[in-house]
Amino acid sequence: MSPILGARGGLAASAYGFTSGAAAVGNYESIQTVTVGSGGAANITFSSIAATYSHLQVRCMYNTITNADNIGMTLNGSTTPSRVHYLYGDGATATAGSTTSNLFTIQAGANATIMYGMVIDLLDYSNTNKYKTLRSLGGGDFNGSGVTWLSSALYATTSAISSFTLQGSGGQLFTQYSSFALYGIK
Amino acid sequence: MATTYEPIATTTLGSAAADITFSSISGTYTDLRLIFEGMAVSAGQDIYCQVNGDTGSNYSHTRLTGNGTAASSSRGSSLAFMRFSDGGSPQTTNTSVTKVDFMGYSNTTTYKTVINRADNSNRGTDAVVNLWRSTAAITSIKFYISSGNIASGATATLYGIKSA
Repeated sequence: MSPILGARGGLAASAYGFTSGAAAVGNYESIQTVTVGSGGAANITFSSIAATYSHLQVRCMYNTITNADNIGMTLNGSTTPSRVHYLYGDGATATAGSTTSNLFTIQAGANATIMYGMVIDLLDYSNTNKYKTLRSLGGGDFNGSGVTWLSSALYATTSAISSFTLQGSGGQLFTQYSSFALYGIK
Repeated sequence: MATTYEPIATTTLGSAAADITFSSISGTYTDLRLIFEGMAVSAGQDIYCQVNGDTGSNYSHTRLTGNGTAASSSRGSSLAFMRFSDGGSPQTTNTSVTKVDFMGYSNTTTYKTVINRADNSNRGTDAVVNLWRSTAAITSIKFYISSGNIASGATATLYGIKSA
């Protein structure tokens, strides 16, 4: 753990603590990280995921090499979403909609230096009694253009999620240094 | 499996203050998460941020806001600060809860992308993406509001998230 950091403005003494949105220490574990090398990558797959957590979270920092592309997620090798609802803003207009295509994010541009940020939650991923719900918060800003979004996706499967793949829905490659980190939340 | 979500520092204001600053942040994590809960001394303030003491026009953002009636989107370009809130801004009697993720904050290859949610139950909710056009690692974060002070009792906690 890093040293306690300074604070300004006549502040009271610091103390460790938690507020809403924080995972309890010890209950949030790193499972695997994939960082894209030179030449890019067509897809990112996490497999053999143990069912020992309550939820999964994927923290992504990514872009595509040539053209903008939306990102889709396939579960267990073949399951695509039966419905995705999204709300996004492009700096001028807020747009809400839904789709049955394998669309999970809204992407606005390709860039090697600027990455999109996205956090995906796979909720109750190992429960075999109900369909799976995923949600994401993400965005990318390019100083004059960009997009930020919220989305949720329903996957009509009761199977536990043991693997998933992220890929550009239009076939674009993830650029070098794109990073995808999978965490388990107990 | 390693434990990878750690509190780095927490500040609770004992009196109103202009800002909350975390400095000397080590580069040992993959991402940083900052969670703020608090009010402003004066009404109508938005939440701003600067990193590494950079006051140049190197920040930009794209916002998505809901105010209980309609959704809207707007942006700021070449600004001297990150902006985390609009509808979710703190008020004098209603707290804002703001969760900020600094993605890949210590990498020295790419510009820094920061995504956040800001919520105020009496005013609105925001999803925002900010960009800091620098490849420098983030080593300090100054969290403040657009005018005036953050109210006494506000709390900010900085967490480090470390990937495998």
